[in-house]
Amino acid sequence: MNRSVTVSDFHAYPDAHGRFADYGGIFMPETLMPPLEELTEAYLAMREDPAFIAEFERDLKYYVGRPSPIYHAERLSKKLGGAQILLKREDLNHTGAHKINNTIGQALVARRMGKRRIIAETGAGQHGVATATVCARFGLDCIIYMGAVDIERQKINVYRMKLLGATVVPVVSGSKTLKDALNEAMRDWVTNVADTFYIIGTVAGPHPYPMMVRDFNAVVGREARAQMLEQFGRLPDVLTACVGGGSNAIGLFHAFLNDPDVAMVGAEAAGEGIETGRHAASLAAGRRGVLHGNRTYVICDDNGQITETHSISAGLDYPGVGPEHAFLKDSGRARYVGITDDEALAAFHELARTEGILAALESSHAVAQAIKLARELPKDRLILCNLSGRGDKDVHTIAAREGIAL
Amino acid sequence: MSHRIDRRFGDLRRAGRKGLIPFITAGDPLPEATVAIMHALVAAGADLIELGVPYSDPVADGPTIQHASERAIARGIGIARILGWVSEFRQVDSTTPIVLMGYLNPIEIFGYSRFADAASAAGVDGVLIVDVPVEEAETVAPLRAAGINEIFLVAPTTTDRRLSAIRAQAQGFIYYVSFAGITGASQLDTAAVRDRVAHIKQGGDMPVAVGFGVRDAATAVEIAASADAVVIGSALVACLAETGDIESAVAAAGAFLAPIRAALDASRS
Ligand SMILES: Cc1ncc(COP(=O)(O)O)c(C=O)c1O
Repeated sequence: MNRSVTVSDFHAYPDAHGRFADYGGIFMPETLMPPLEELTEAYLAMREDPAFIAEFERDLKYYVGRPSPIYHAERLSKKLGGAQILLKREDLNHTGAHKINNTIGQALVARRMGKRRIIAETGAGQHGVATATVCARFGLDCIIYMGAVDIERQKINVYRMKLLGATVVPVVSGSKTLKDALNEAMRDWVTNVADTFYIIGTVAGPHPYPMMVRDFNAVVGREARAQMLEQFGRLPDVLTACVGGGSNAIGLFHAFLNDPDVAMVGAEAAGEGIETGRHAASLAAGRRGVLHGNRTYVICDDNGQITETHSISAGLDYPGVGPEHAFLKDSGRARYVGITDDEALAAFHELARTEGILAALESSHAVAQAIKLARELPKDRLILCNLSGRGDKDVHTIAAREGIAL
Repeated sequence: MSHRIDRRFGDLRRAGRKGLIPFITAGDPLPEATVAIMHALVAAGADLIELGVPYSDPVADGPTIQHASERAIARGIGIARILGWVSEFRQVDSTTPIVLMGYLNPIEIFGYSRFADAASAAGVDGVLIVDVPVEEAETVAPLRAAGINEIFLVAPTTTDRRLSAIRAQAQGFIYYVSFAGITGASQLDTAAVRDRVAHIKQGGDMPVAVGFGVRDAATAVEIAASADAVVIGSALVACLAETGDIESAVAAAGAFLAPIRAALDASRS
């Protein structure tokens, strides 16, 4: 499509081929094409099926604990002296992040498709824990692929997954991190297509995953839109969310995409600074390419080799990004900026001390962006920030970074 | 010019011979050895060469080809150098078809039109891009326009509806993946392969090459009973990985392939 053309309905994407204008699609080996077709067909039927929707909503309410509140961070806002910061509290969900919205949805799809063996990739371990949780809840076998480097960095989450009955398989290929865990999960899937369901943890991968994972997380924005009207009598002026693969961000953004007065800013991991090359800001500093089954922005060298990324938060440490964000960037509907490790850490401490909330390091990137905006905007503006997860999992990382032995 | 692949399969068919297609990862074990290995493979009976373009995230490959790719990437091997090797090979050998096999991102970043021009000028005959299914064939249209054949995979999971779509787009030959899995695994079921190859051939006369799981003379002969050609990758790549200089790599390539060629020719009825 012509990029200067304005999009009239952002909810009309993706098309039947899984394309968000120039992005998305299905770039996968032939062996996996038939199971992807089968999944697309099954999922498209389920998303219209009232019984499926009711089952999903019941679990979101009684198992996850939804709706999550919108909390007005008044002390923080007052201290900054500008716009009001409102937090969508996904950190209060069962397992402590938005990730569970998606794993509940996909586990229900798997169960209805008669697949009893679940595989997933994980970086920080949050998606692994959320997947192991729903597998325990639904009695499904669970195998989690995790880079050997990440296993070393995230011992507590590895043990949590084991307590929930999952098998954690260390991945020693490539850079031994999240992208390699995804590769290894794909290799498992290609080998065990008949009985296996792959629960991808973000809005990446081949169609229908970017659409399906978005749909399951879109509850965040739907709830938030209604809560804003009820609590504040109007929509927010700007949304902020962190972007790794982009599931919590699209989850918040989606319901507001056709509200032209609501601005949106995605915060990517600028790591040690985009200029140092040690970052994970695919949209802000990458280029158009193909990774893990879709066309999107990727971080790679001139030979097309995906390169290693860096972020203090393992959940943002991914060299690609969901194709819908690539589309929102090019169409100008959303803006994407980099937040450095240091800025995220400063925001983490600020929120902890002014509001008594330990945010996940991923979410701290969104908080940092909200803080920047609050300083620039007048007092009557409302900034809605997705607090995608809680920070308990990051306490060791932060202590180590600050030279404190626990 | 670019129908070197069709000519080669036509010649094989007329001679009643089976095609032998070795796969090597370009630049492994040593960048200086790649062209010499290609010539050695032809001397030992290769009918077509698949040259693997290294990629950082090869989701359809097992550890052997993953590690070969990692070694090549560590030496900075990319498309420009690989095309240079194809040109060099073509100065001596103008008849053996060359198919580049790999993943899409290196070509996407190189640029489709630029790649189409450079690859056809170098003497590349076809591409097999593992992560470009028939639905996305439009992506590589400039390659076709430049006369580069697009080879498609068919898998055990491929439905008849997909098979017809693939047949309609396929050029050169169809590459049948013998089992649902990754390269280098060993789940070969000869009877199942025979049935599937027969089914694929019913729909037309496009030659069918079978790969994944073929590792030696015995498995090659078993598979060639039904296929027009066999592809041998991981076993050859593993054998080359043990060598440390050009001479030993060249000797190993010839010693690996020659007995397979002999067994295929001896098994002709
Ligand atoms: C709390 C939290 N937020 C955000 C992310 C990043 O993922 P996404 O961009 O898909 O929301 C993660 C990933 O692990 C996470 O745990």
